Amino acid sequence: MSNAAIPVTEYSTPQRGWYKRNEIAITPWLFLAPGVFFFLVYVIFPIFQSFNLSLYRWDGLGQAEFIGMANYQELVSDRAFEVSLWNNLKWLILYLLAIPAGLFIALFLNQTVTGIRLYKSLFFFPFVISQIVVGLVFTWFYDPTFGLLNVMLGWVGLGPINVLGDPSIVTYGIIAAGLWPQTAYCMILYLTGLNAVDPEQIEAARLDGARGWRMLWYVIVPQLKPATFIAFVVTIIGALRSFDLISIMTNGGPFGTSRVLSFYMFEKALSEYGFRMGYGAAIAVVLFLIMLIFIAYFLWSMFQEERGR
Amino acid sequence: MFPTPIEKTSRTWQITYQTFLPLALLLWLMPLLAVALFSIKPEADFVSGGYWSLPTYFAGLENYGRVFFQSDMPRYLLNSVLITIPTVIGCVILSSMTGFALGIYRFRSNIWIFFMFVAGNFVPFQILMVPVRDLTLDLGLYNTKTGLVLFHIAFQTGFCTLFMRNFIRALPFALIEAARVEGIAEWRIFWYVVLPLMKPAMAALAVLIFTFIWNDYFWAVVLTQGAESQPVTAGITSFNAQYRAAYHLMSAGSIVAALPPVAMFFLMQKHFIAGLTLGAVK
Amino acid sequence: MRSMLKAPIAALATTVAMAGGAFAAGHSLSGDLKIFSDMSNPAPRAVMEGMVERFGEMHPDLNIELTVIEREAYKTQIRNFLSANPPDVANWYAANRMKPYVEAGLFEDISDMWTGEIGENLASTKGAMTIDGKQWGVPYTYYQWGVYYRKDLYEQYGLSEPATWEEEKANCQTLLDNGVKCYTIGTKFLWTAGGWFDYLNMRTNGYDFHSALLGGEIPWTDDRVKQTFANWRELIDMGAYIDNHQTYSWQEALPFMANGEAAAYLMGNFAVAPLRQAGLDDSKLDFYQFPVINPAVELAEDAPTDTFHIPSGASNKEAAKAFLEFVVSAENQTLINNGSNLGQLPVNAKSGVDDDKFLKEGFAMLSGNSPGGVAQFFDRDAPAEMAAVGMEGLQEFMVLPDNLDDILQRLEAARQRIY
Repeated sequence: MSNAAIPVTEYSTPQRGWYKRNEIAITPWLFLAPGVFFFLVYVIFPIFQSFNLSLYRWDGLGQAEFIGMANYQELVSDRAFEVSLWNNLKWLILYLLAIPAGLFIALFLNQTVTGIRLYKSLFFFPFVISQIVVGLVFTWFYDPTFGLLNVMLGWVGLGPINVLGDPSIVTYGIIAAGLWPQTAYCMILYLTGLNAVDPEQIEAARLDGARGWRMLWYVIVPQLKPATFIAFVVTIIGALRSFDLISIMTNGGPFGTSRVLSFYMFEKALSEYGFRMGYGAAIAVVLFLIMLIFIAYFLWSMFQEERGR
Repeated sequence: MFPTPIEKTSRTWQITYQTFLPLALLLWLMPLLAVALFSIKPEADFVSGGYWSLPTYFAGLENYGRVFFQSDMPRYLLNSVLITIPTVIGCVILSSMTGFALGIYRFRSNIWIFFMFVAGNFVPFQILMVPVRDLTLDLGLYNTKTGLVLFHIAFQTGFCTLFMRNFIRALPFALIEAARVEGIAEWRIFWYVVLPLMKPAMAALAVLIFTFIWNDYFWAVVLTQGAESQPVTAGITSFNAQYRAAYHLMSAGSIVAALPPVAMFFLMQKHFIAGLTLGAVK
Repeated sequence: MRSMLKAPIAALATTVAMAGGAFAAGHSLSGDLKIFSDMSNPAPRAVMEGMVERFGEMHPDLNIELTVIEREAYKTQIRNFLSANPPDVANWYAANRMKPYVEAGLFEDISDMWTGEIGENLASTKGAMTIDGKQWGVPYTYYQWGVYYRKDLYEQYGLSEPATWEEEKANCQTLLDNGVKCYTIGTKFLWTAGGWFDYLNMRTNGYDFHSALLGGEIPWTDDRVKQTFANWRELIDMGAYIDNHQTYSWQEALPFMANGEAAAYLMGNFAVAPLRQAGLDDSKLDFYQFPVINPAVELAEDAPTDTFHIPSGASNKEAAKAFLEFVVSAENQTLINNGSNLGQLPVNAKSGVDDDKFLKEGFAMLSGNSPGGVAQFFDRDAPAEMAAVGMEGLQEFMVLPDNLDDILQRLEAARQRIY
């Protein structure tokens, strides 16, 4: 490597420096370095640390004690864990309603009447608000003494119901609150998607006599596939991340019936009566593994698309 | 266009649609309008049980005045700004670099690094919680805005890289090749060729990240405590603990907390939606 | 990953502590005194700031740095700062709530402070501050629990303060017949239900049994525990409690009493201030001791004690001890607990109790009519994990009393795992 001794400042000479010669190979790594470093330290390593921690008993104060799979064994017989898992499943399934609901609103708003832009913005509005505020808003909406829901139910001679106090419906009540901003999100995805639908295909289908639902299902929806994919991804992630709403609206109650894994994990690890870090980590690992199924699917889809290019 | 444009339909359907539209909106925003109504009602209305009556008088100034001048709300708002803005700047810088590296260069591990960012972006927060909290404690950054900012930058880099990389992939590669033929250094290509073209993507990302970070609650609770460092999402919960059952103040406080991202959205709507819907069309 | 950093920090802290000690020896107090406090509500905050100011005037060379942390946040933060960034003085709670920190060696043993005059004056709370025969902190205030009720409503329906369970239930029935709920309560955050259980169990089975149960020595499936729940169920089946209590916090349950929909509230004395604020003056608001259920057991009360501790990592322990002595002094106790400050009971026997109706009644009750003993509170007497599972079960019982057997089995399983 005799060239290595040549100062880099002589780049103008035909004999270029080592860096110059390898510039294209090295540059991406220099550009990647800070981002990758941050991401490894704060995201990738912690995942493995959590896996490791889930094998320990640790109260966050003293020494951690290795206990093997004991945390996981305890999970199996932990009723609160079971309830959380079921609730997660409810979230996963019902949250997906945001996709058809979003499509429906998008179709409703995909017109060119005056002021429609403002309408679209206002319909999208709930998504911009923090989930904390959404949670508060819905807590009052459901309030058994003065909530608007019971006022409205009263008009049709129903109620009153205490949505957030009834163990059999509390989770659905929170999911409904979550669907509000999530539907807005899906709506905006579909509005963009509808803009790009090929008008010629629609005309052609119209000539073939397709209209209404058939048109929607066979002509429009297939063309909206990219939007649907993204809506699916963000909705699944949103469902498994549901924490803010539960924390604000019910704090997991009544008697733990509205917990999901993400909330239960926080409760066990960091709340007032918690500080079972290892047990919390074990719950997080289970949640992560559920997520991993979806992550694998997303990556696989993206990989297919990359290859298709 | 689907569904059939309204102007091509019957007169009755047009009128139905035109009346339905505002009604639907009203219904959609009902919970929010309720809070807005609460926030301008005087306390006496709640005491007398008139939750849904029209305000006996306009108490908006009074309620919002108390939120701004007699609570910690302004501090929390300031904290949110001091957390959100550096995060946005940090994310945009880091991800334009990573996006550039992954979007322009072809090397074997490219796709794997890219997938690492994408996958990491999807993980549940809880799996990171305990280690990140320990790390922040060990760095002496627990309960500081810096600690929160560092984590947010790192985590959001995942999403931002995905976004930037895809955006750069869509740029005409010929531009870069032309620059290389000219013998321009790679970092200059980044600075003078690619970066100017990335402005719309950066704007979109900035608005999106602003909203995400402003609305973050989980990490605020995990990594900070108290009024000196907590953002407004966490602040609103202690605000509410202080004013429990004082619905007029809680409503006003919630609206104040929600306002900045809403303003951001309406001001930067085009960028915002462009950012959110990237990939929704091919 | 943590231990690597912790060791040098600890070493540093010790060095600083030794340097500080050497410097301070023989002088009046100097250096820095770092205090972390959870007294974040307006009145307690003023009290804390006042104490710092007065202590600072006594020791002008001492630089006191006070950090007030929001009360709820403090409960989780204390873990971090005790090990990572220990102050010289920190707030906390007595009994089992301080046990994890004592066991982890994070609180300083200050038994030497408890000898002599201080020990005598604080005798009533010594038990709550003792673990393994040593004292780990000092109390600064405590308050009674009991039934706060609408005197005017009771008079309206010709009721008097009940002394026995039968009278209690008869009163309740009269109220219900007139469309008034007997009790308001908000169990969203669970602990309020713990108060009810404490009293019902102490009245049914006595203080010693209650203490043993929360200490993990008695199975939750024991028949005597079931008897407690059977007594509780009588009230639940009558419809004594307000509806939907599981959706309210304790503050959100206050309006029911303020506007007359419910007649009484089993609460700590801190409920008096908001009730007065809501318009209930002393002609409408009164207090009685929880009635006798089983005449064979002695009366016992809940009286949670709030405390100050010295973290073992403190760097200025000399000043910290002086501050603690100042806090418990008779004069300071009289001042900070009076009606215009904390409005609670002083821990020092030589202090005067404020001329407030409820404080006087509470003080008389705790000093004269609580022969069975004084408990801290459900979530301070039981270990944290048991408290969490337990209070959740209590809330479930209040909503779905038919689930009792299932609940008790769950609690019993938790007991066997936790202790």
